[in-house]
Amino acid sequence: MNEFEPRLIAFACNWCSYAASDLGGTSRIQYPANVRIIRVMCSGMVDPIYILSAFEGGADGVLVTGCKPGDCHYISGNLKAEEMIRRLKEVVHILGLEGERLKLKWISTSEGIIFARTVAETVDELKKLGPSPFRKEIAACP
Amino acid sequence: MYNRRRGSTTEVKTGVYVCHCGLNIAGTVDVKKVAEYARGLDWVVVARDYEFMCSDPGQALIKNDIKEFGLNRVVVASCSPRMHEATFRRVCQEAGLNPYLFEQANIREQCSWVHSDKHEATEKAKALVRAAVRRVYYHELLEIKEIPVNPNTLVVGGGIAGIQAALDIADSEHKVYLVEREPSIGGHMIQLDTTFPTLDCSECILTPKMTLAGSHPYIELMAYSEVEEVSGYIGNYKVKIRKRARYVDADKCNGCGMCQEKCPWKVDSEFNLGLGKRKAIYTPFPQAVPNIPVIDTEHCAYFLKGACRVCERVCELKAINFEQKDEIVEVEVGAIILATGYDSFDARLKPEYGYGLYPNVITGLELERLLSAAGPTQGVVQINGKVPKNVVFIQCVGSRDKTVGNEYCSRVCCMYTAKHAHSIKEKIPDAKVTIFYMDIRAFGKGCEQFYERVQKERVLYRRGSVSEIYKKGDKLVVRAEDTLQGELIEEEADLVVLAVGLAPRKDANEVMRMFNISPDLDGFFLERHIKLDPIATATEGVFIVGCCQGPKDIPDTVAQASAGAAKVLALISKGRVTLEATTAKVNETLCQGCGRCEEICEFHAPKVCRNEAGLLVSTVNEALCKGCGVCAVACPTGAISIRHFTRDEILSMVDALVEV
Repeated sequence: MNEFEPRLIAFACNWCSYAASDLGGTSRIQYPANVRIIRVMCSGMVDPIYILSAFEGGADGVLVTGCKPGDCHYISGNLKAEEMIRRLKEVVHILGLEGERLKLKWISTSEGIIFARTVAETVDELKKLGPSPFRKEIAACP
Repeated sequence: MYNRRRGSTTEVKTGVYVCHCGLNIAGTVDVKKVAEYARGLDWVVVARDYEFMCSDPGQALIKNDIKEFGLNRVVVASCSPRMHEATFRRVCQEAGLNPYLFEQANIREQCSWVHSDKHEATEKAKALVRAAVRRVYYHELLEIKEIPVNPNTLVVGGGIAGIQAALDIADSEHKVYLVEREPSIGGHMIQLDTTFPTLDCSECILTPKMTLAGSHPYIELMAYSEVEEVSGYIGNYKVKIRKRARYVDADKCNGCGMCQEKCPWKVDSEFNLGLGKRKAIYTPFPQAVPNIPVIDTEHCAYFLKGACRVCERVCELKAINFEQKDEIVEVEVGAIILATGYDSFDARLKPEYGYGLYPNVITGLELERLLSAAGPTQGVVQINGKVPKNVVFIQCVGSRDKTVGNEYCSRVCCMYTAKHAHSIKEKIPDAKVTIFYMDIRAFGKGCEQFYERVQKERVLYRRGSVSEIYKKGDKLVVRAEDTLQGELIEEEADLVVLAVGLAPRKDANEVMRMFNISPDLDGFFLERHIKLDPIATATEGVFIVGCCQGPKDIPDTVAQASAGAAKVLALISKGRVTLEATTAKVNETLCQGCGRCEEICEFHAPKVCRNEAGLLVSTVNEALCKGCGVCAVACPTGAISIRHFTRDEILSMVDALVEV
């Protein structure tokens, strides 16, 4: 039996996905506790260094969530996030990290159930991918 | 790990408060263990747990500790910051601590409410508290700035909601711009014959308000106009409005109606939903406000082929002006109220009912026009000249229906159908009237009594969904299951009325983008809080009233419109608004003046120019900056950062949360 419990760090934007997560909570929709959410004002606020730092610290997956295209509270911040993630996915393999560990999902304010489902699906995917290759490095550190 | 710069030069003393929220958190998360854990964290001087941190005694705990322990940082682990960040920031402020030295950990909506395993939930709560404690260390004092509020208001939409909101604000002697896209105000309510449950004549109760709105000294009415662009922020919005050309000079026209009378070109009347005709130069209905006609250039012979010009000839006041152009005006307002209303559900999406195929299948709104004495048939209910003797109503068309994607109940259809059934019985006493329904909702004042009255008038209510309508000779047959009798029935009808629901406007998405608000799951405008704040939106200074926020009847619409006015008046009365302090700032030593921030910002907040030392650096206009953070990500040197969301603050959380 695989006892591996992935650690998933999620970034959620204040106006859409974080609100959706709150709505999922108010509706008591259950999802795995593997996820830890960080609130940002906009998905465009997510700097690549935050994602790389998460992986370096041993995160098995990073999920960036934000408003759907056209709905961004700051007009186009989400589109900038999308471009950043696209570029980051192309280079993370250099670090020995599978691109699938980094995910982007647009979730609208009222989509509490989608937030919960996304977390559950991502955790499942990470369980199949296995622990991040960085975990061995961290374990080996004095 | 990265070496973080030491954020604070003075000793950091943090107080941590873990809320039980009754059993909402404490039922799943071991709050005492979390508080104990917090006590062991760096810089934490005091850690407590308490039943309701947001209550008066809960708030007092924080205030007392700030004084007693000299706390300069506060962490509350409780509900979502979207719920109570403002509350706890105020508590800090009242105790003399800068409100931005506060951090909230969400251990309810994102922990206790969504995880059932108590051990997992408690470990996660500990991690979230750890992250908040690490982050709050880097928080800095932020200056709270206030800016004045423009006392003018923009109301978009001239139906009953917009009119009511505009009148309430104008009565306080503050200016309102009332913008309506149709040639006249009145919305859908002016299309109604009577209103339930009192059977008031709709026009009779609405036209006095319309006249007042059209002549009020503090309302600038812009009908036949549309908002094109919105910029700015609460207290200081700039709005571009297109005033469409009527081709009639409003200053000269006295509304005599001669031009419409003599115009030879007939067009389907939009106001009468295609059941009657209007002219190419027209006012949509006789009581239009403003009572100034409009030339429909798509059907006017002059605009199409340079001919006719009869209206120009017969106008004694020389008010016709074919050269008139659209006019763009820019207004400045402090707040915006959206009252854009609804569209009727498109009954063609239920092809089994034959709407659009059979002329004697009509919608409830179309029946209103037939019932109205000012309507296309002068109040005589007839189809192709024949008065119906068998009238069937079908409830819930386009509502409570997953197959068309509208799960919601439209609230008004049970009552308006009862009203219609009553009106039919009144006009055609020997008609057989049947209503097929799923459930009857008659919850408003006087509504249950009205429903009973209609039943006593021998209107037959049959519980069951209609599966199809088909033609038999010149009659229609309505096929349904009567679930109370447990039998399939086929009811003959010569008029079928579909009780169509209320749907969001077709262009609701464009309107939402223009005003920077979001849709709810049904496509209506999303309110800030469905119970406690159904009028404000996520965008400060933009309010939503009436059916654009969700289906409702006239009493609720009027109440909500007045509520919107009250919110705006509170803003105007205070006269100032607090700027969000979490804006971008530039470290001029690191700034190279490359201009990436200026390029990438949607709000034109950063500008590169020479500083006092003559160096090219970026300067941020804090009133324009919304604090989104894209400039900080784009900056190649890290010179620009967002106050309260700096790299140190977020990285400290990342580090804390990946720890196993």
